[in-house]
Amino acid sequence: MAQEEPTALERFINGILPENPVYRQLLGMCPTLAVTNGMEPAMTMVAATAFVLICANVMTSAIRGLLKPHLRILVFTMTIAAFVTIADRLLAAYMYDMSKQLGPYVPLIIVNCIIIARCEVCASKQSVRVAFGDAVGQSIGFGLGLATIATVREILGSGTWLGLHVLPASWPGWGIMVLPPGAFLTLGLLLGIAEWLSRRRGRAST
Amino acid sequence: MSEAPKGGGYIRDAWLVIALALVFGGGLAGVQTALSGRIAENKQQETYSVIPDLVEGADAGGTVELVVKGKDGKDARVYKVMGTDGAHRGWVVPARGQGFADRVEILVGLDAELATITGLYVLDQKETPGLGDYITSEGFRDRFRGRPADAPVVIVKGEPKAENEVKALTGATISSESVAGIVNEALANLREPILTQSGAG
Repeated sequence: MAQEEPTALERFINGILPENPVYRQLLGMCPTLAVTNGMEPAMTMVAATAFVLICANVMTSAIRGLLKPHLRILVFTMTIAAFVTIADRLLAAYMYDMSKQLGPYVPLIIVNCIIIARCEVCASKQSVRVAFGDAVGQSIGFGLGLATIATVREILGSGTWLGLHVLPASWPGWGIMVLPPGAFLTLGLLLGIAEWLSRRRGRAST
Repeated sequence: MSEAPKGGGYIRDAWLVIALALVFGGGLAGVQTALSGRIAENKQQETYSVIPDLVEGADAGGTVELVVKGKDGKDARVYKVMGTDGAHRGWVVPARGQGFADRVEILVGLDAELATITGLYVLDQKETPGLGDYITSEGFRDRFRGRPADAPVVIVKGEPKAENEVKALTGATISSESVAGIVNEALANLREPILTQSGAG
């Protein structure tokens, strides 16, 4: 079954929309729901996750020749945990308020399935260049996913976007949008829209 | 694929894991060393900005840092809080300990005679979101205001009857008890040393 492996560019483009981690793979749901009540925490989470994803993919790809099959998950997890700890300490040092706002969700990046899935699917099998492209593409996809949800939740819930007021002060602010139920509602509706759009595109191309 | 390796085979198989553990451990130690200064500074800034909430009539600019040797023999940093009129208004004592999930760091505000708790602030916690992390809420922290500082705070599930009782958070008893435990330990360790070593009363 000698199938051509995807190139770095293909991995990169796939990660943005066709294999979007939030809307197509439905991975990393925990931060997607937890930190999207505002654009600022959401984008900080995307930056931290991107840092870990890129570093973990590159490192795993660099040592892919040394991995033993029955110990590879252990190596992935250790690598991811190390980079998440570095990201957490960097946030605490340089973005202290955001670090406090994100709280336990930064250490929880360790169990974000997107990262270990990319290590398993791509980084442990392909070169560093491809792994890098894959990580960047998936990060952009993750960012798009979180940005769409955070935009809806922040504008409807607080009338702001990135902290700036975009709706008139008379906007009552839908409290539910800032709370977990609003996250589930928004994600569910946007997932439905994403699926509908992709089916429409599928029909249009046949 | 599932044959057990002979002799020292397990260690040989896991050499990469062991090597990575050492490399990552060293790397993380380096990162921690490099950044711990800045992180401590950030916490310090946060402490100073919160002091006016913890002690009545405080002037944040007039806070004096003191090092006091606690009953456990270790040096502890405490803050002597002065008012805008220069009078001694109270103390702020940093305290830390094990919470339900991870370490919890708090600031305890006390009056000048160290007789009453005047406020509580949670600097750092990683308790369960939606349950344990309510220890940061004003509602929970306010329950500590007015409690005597010379008797241990006791967490109760019903309505508090005695002066030193504080109502637990619903669904977060262990987090509540951890905070009370941290407060009690810090006060037991530092209350008398502060009174004697600073010459204040």
